[in-house]
Parts: sequence; C-alpha cells; structure tokens
Amino acid sequence: MTVQADAVLKVSVWRSSGPGGVAAGEGRFETFEVPRHPSQTVLDVVTHIQRHCDPTLGYRFACRVGVCGSCAMVVNSEARWTCRTHVDKVAEGGRLEVAPLRNLPVIRDLATDMSAFFDKWARARGQFAGTRSRREGFAVVEPDSEARRQVDLGIECIGCGVCYSSCDVVEWKPDYLGPAAMNRAWTLVNDVRDTARAERLAAVAGDAGCHACHTHMSCTERCPKHLPLTAAIAGLKRETTRALLRGEL
Amino acid sequence: MTPRAQAWLWLAQRLSAVVLAFAVVVHLATMVYAVRSGLSAGEILDRTRGNLPWLLFYSSFVVAIAVHLPIGLRNVLAEVLGWRGPLLEIATAILSAGLLVWGLRAAWAVYAPGAA
Repeated sequence: MTVQADAVLKVSVWRSSGPGGVAAGEGRFETFEVPRHPSQTVLDVVTHIQRHCDPTLGYRFACRVGVCGSCAMVVNSEARWTCRTHVDKVAEGGRLEVAPLRNLPVIRDLATDMSAFFDKWARARGQFAGTRSRREGFAVVEPDSEARRQVDLGIECIGCGVCYSSCDVVEWKPDYLGPAAMNRAWTLVNDVRDTARAERLAAVAGDAGCHACHTHMSCTERCPKHLPLTAAIAGLKRETTRALLRGEL
Repeated sequence: MTPRAQAWLWLAQRLSAVVLAFAVVVHLATMVYAVRSGLSAGEILDRTRGNLPWLLFYSSFVVAIAVHLPIGLRNVLAEVLGWRGPLLEIATAILSAGLLVWGLRAAWAVYAPGAA
C-alpha cells in the first residue's frame, strides 16, 4: 500500500492509572497522532509513541519478528501479535485502538502479568515426564504415527497468550486452564515417551479443564500460528472420557 | 465436587443430549401429525391411555431432561453469576429431582386409565 507523505494515524492507547488503578484494572484511553509509513506494524506505532510522544508508556516486546510471543496486545478489539500485524490490515478509517491482553492483570499500560497464564501450564502438567537418562539412546518415535502427527499440530505454540485473551470461558471462569495450557497437555498426552499420562488427564479434567470448553473456537481463529487448539481440547475430552470409563481417572 | 465427578456430569449431559435429540424430534413430529384434524385433551388421552410404548418414551424423555437441564443450568449459573460450591450442587440436584418427579407424574397421568 502506498502511504501519503503527510498521512497521520490516530491511535488510542490504554493507559493504566497508577498502581491502585492497575490492580483494579482501571485506566483510560489516551490518543496520539503517529505518522504513517509503508509496511508499518502496530509494534512500530507503539514504539513511536514511546520514543517520540510519551516515554512513560509501558509495553513489552523482544524479537520483533513473531518468534518470542511477548508483544501480544488487543488491537481494534482482537488479540494479536503487534509485531506481525501491519497497520494496513487493521486500521479502520486511519484509527487504531491498542489495549493490553484481556483476562490477565495489567502491570502497566500495555504490559500484562503473564504469571497466571504460565502457572496454568504447570497446573495442566505441562512438564514432560520421561524415564530415560542422558546415558541412554534416543527414543524412536515414528514420524508418521497418528500420535506424532497430533503432537506436530500443537507443538509450535510459543505461549503468546493471544488464545487466552480471546477465550470467553477464561473470562467467565478465572480458574479455567485455557487453550494454551491444554494444548501443551495434549501434545504430552500424545508423546509416546511420556509417563505421566494418567496424572495429566486428571489435571485437565473437570470444570476448570477441558470439560468447560464451549467450543466457541475463538482460540483457534485468533491463534497467530493457526494451531488447532479447540481440536486439542476436544482430544482431551475424548481421552479423559476413555480414562473415566476404564476407571483410570 | 471432584474433577472426576465433573467429568461424569459432562458425560451424562452428552449422553442425555443424544436421547433428547431423538425424543424432541419424535415429540414434535407427533404433535404436528396429531393436530392435523384438530387437537383435544380427549384425543391425546385416547392415544396415550394404556399405551405402554408412549409411557416408556415419555418416561425416558423426562429422565433425559432431568439429567440434562440441571447440569447445563449448573454451568450457566457458575459462568454467568459466578455461583459455585455445595449450595449450587444441592440446588441443581433438587431441580433434577423435581423435574423427575413431576415429569414422571405427568407421563403416568396421561397413561393410567382414570388418573388424569
């Protein structure tokens, strides 16, 4: 897209109102004018505001190329990676609205506290549990096996929190594990080397786990890596049901 | 309630949904068919009194509702109102028992001769 030399973008940015306000989720939108550039990303816009308009703006980023997953924010009402979102694709009438991820406490302005998100990975038993030591040879996993294919479908998650921010059930049930944690659990349930299957299925069962998923598919639709997160949760429903009927849950 | 019990509830709601999908279609189709030449209480009772298949059909319909509805309502109340804990379980269990008792009573009333 060609951009006029004097084109300006009006950007509404969420500003939290001090430490007390942060805890209460309070704040307001503040509007900035940012010059338009070709191939400009939303992260470029936020960086411009911090460097040229208000150095107190708080936000988080690292790699700038869609690898680290740290720059996710809500842009025009949808959670996205700001580094991989071109302004051309999302600006409506030359306007942008940038807010912190939903369903997570705000540390400051656009930066959220991801602790609860990653604690839930641990609660869903997202840690690999193997039996081999480093002195033993590699385990053989057939690349074409169904289990390995299922792992491939979900293994590329980088923990950006976009799915978690987009999930209605997380909003309704703060203890709900969320799509990313359960996707991680699903990759391990399908890992033939893993030995904690029963404990993991027990960890993801019930009202705070896979059985609370409404299959709205917001996570699948919004995932920047297009991972089939809803299908992973459905897989956990199937496996927990099998375990339940066998008396193993 | 343990996650295991919650998983049983989830399974019970899915299985009851299968029964309801069938029962609702039969119920609606019967209504549409039955009202073609006008509908009266007498016509309904003529069809249902002493008719064991209809009693079994509506009894299974009632059981499926008594299982399905309280579990769904329990989820709605927990998600929309944030109501959790033993009181919610007790309230939805009472609702389930009520649906079962009054539903079966209604099915029996249109089956048993002279009961209505």
